[in-house]
Amino acid sequence: MNRVVITGIGAITPIGNNIDDLWNSLINGKSGIDRISRFDVSSYPTKLAAEVKDFEPTDYIDKKEAKRMDRFTQFALASAKMALADSGLDLASEDLDRIGVVYGSGIGGIETLENQQNILRDKGPGRVSPFFVPMMIADMAAGLISITFGLKGHNETIVNACASSSNAIGDAFKVVERGDADVIVTGGSEAAITPLAIAGFCSMKAMSTNEDPKTACRPFDANRDGFIMGEGSATLVLESLDHALKRGAKIYCEIVGYGATADAYHITAPAPLGEGAARAMKLALKDAGIAPNDIDYINAHGTSTEYNDKYETMAIKNVFGEHAYKLKISSTKSMTGHMLGASGAVEAVATILAIKNGIVPPTINYETPDPECDLDYVPNKALKMDVSYALSNSFGFGGHNASLVFKKY
Amino acid sequence: MEFEKIRDIIVEQLGVDPEEVTMESSFIDDLGADSLDIVELIMALEEEFDVEIPDEDAEKIKTVGDVVEYLKNLEK
Repeated sequence: MNRVVITGIGAITPIGNNIDDLWNSLINGKSGIDRISRFDVSSYPTKLAAEVKDFEPTDYIDKKEAKRMDRFTQFALASAKMALADSGLDLASEDLDRIGVVYGSGIGGIETLENQQNILRDKGPGRVSPFFVPMMIADMAAGLISITFGLKGHNETIVNACASSSNAIGDAFKVVERGDADVIVTGGSEAAITPLAIAGFCSMKAMSTNEDPKTACRPFDANRDGFIMGEGSATLVLESLDHALKRGAKIYCEIVGYGATADAYHITAPAPLGEGAARAMKLALKDAGIAPNDIDYINAHGTSTEYNDKYETMAIKNVFGEHAYKLKISSTKSMTGHMLGASGAVEAVATILAIKNGIVPPTINYETPDPECDLDYVPNKALKMDVSYALSNSFGFGGHNASLVFKKY
Repeated sequence: MEFEKIRDIIVEQLGVDPEEVTMESSFIDDLGADSLDIVELIMALEEEFDVEIPDEDAEKIKTVGDVVEYLKNLEK
C-alpha cells in the first residue's frame, strides 16, 4: 500500500482566487458574504451569498473553450490549473496513463440548465444549445480537467451533495494508496448561486434570512438561522509518497484516513445524535490507525443550520469523549459560505494549510454560546498551534457522511 | 453587408478573429469548429436571418462562402 501525500493545491473562492489570498482571509477572519449580485433577489427571503468575485475565466481558459463551459467547470479548471502548477509536475515527462481525476460537484451546471430551460420555454426546442448537455452534466469538470491536461488514468465524478468533494478526495486517496494511479487530481466545484437553486434552498427553510452580511453565517452560535450559499472550487494533487520523493516534490502533508458512511435515515435531516457522522469519523480514525486523542483540529462541516451544528457537536462528543473538549474545532464556512459540493475540497485545503502553517482558522461571528454546542470552536480569532493530525468533515443531503484525516509530514 | 453580418456571428460563435474569416474559410479546418459548434452556428444564423435551415442543407455547409451563398439563394 502506498503512502499518499498532497503536493499541489489551488482554489477559487469567495475569499480569494488563489491560495495565498484564501489563506490570508481564513486566518484574518475575513468573510466573503455579501448581497447577491448575480440576479435580482428582491422577492427572495434570502438576500445573501458568498459569491466568487473578479473571476475572469479567460485568465485560465481559452475564450472559445470558456464559452462552452458552465461556471462550475470554469472554476474547476482554474483551480486545477493552479494546483498542477503548484505541484511542479512536468506532465510532458510523466506517464499520463498513471495520472487521473476524481472530482466532486453537488449539482453541476445548474445555471446552464436554467438558461436553456428559459430558451426552451421562450423559443422552442429548436433553439436549445447543442452545448446544453455537455455544459450541464456534473461530470464535465472531471472530463475537461482530463482533456485539458491530457490525464488518461482513472477518471470519475462523485455527486454526493455537500459531501461530494470530501468523498472525491477520499476516493482519490484510495486509488493512489492501492496503486491504481501515481497521481490523482481531486477536489470539487460548485456554482449554484442561481435563481432556481436559491429558491429551492429557501423553500427548504435551510438558508439564513438574516440580511446583515457581516453576521448572517454564524456556525455553532446560539443565534444561527441557516446556511449562506457559497460557490467556487478547490483542487488538490494527491500523489504516492514514492512518486513525490522521486521527483523531489514539495509536500504539504499526508492523507492517512478516510471514512464514508450513510445515515440511512432521511433525505435531508441528519440522523439522531449525528450517529452517521460519528461512524464516518470513527472509520476515518481507524483507517488512519490512530486514536481519537491524536486529533488536534477538526475542520467541521459547521453549516450554521440549527440541525447540523447541534448534531455534529453530538457526533464529535460521541467519537472523542473528553478529548472533544480539548481539541480545536472551526467552521471555515463562516467565511466562505457553504460551497456545497466544493466545500469539502476548500476545507481540505484549509485543514492542510493549518497543519503546514501551524495556524488554525477561526469560526467567525461566534458571539452567543449555545448550550447544545459547547466545544471549542476557535471563536473569531485564528489560533497558532502545532497540528499533527487533523480531521475534516462533510455531510450531504441524502445522508452521505465523509471524514478525512490529514497528518503532518 | 451580408458577409459582414455573417462574419460577426461567426466571430461571436467560434471565438475567432474577424481577419481569419474569409469566404474560403472552412469551419472545421480553418476556424477550429467541431460538429457542435456548427449546430450552434446554424441556430444563430437562423435566429438572425429569421430562416429555417433544414439538417440536410446544414450538412452541406462547409465554408463561410457556403453560408453566404445559401442565405443569398434563400432571399431569391
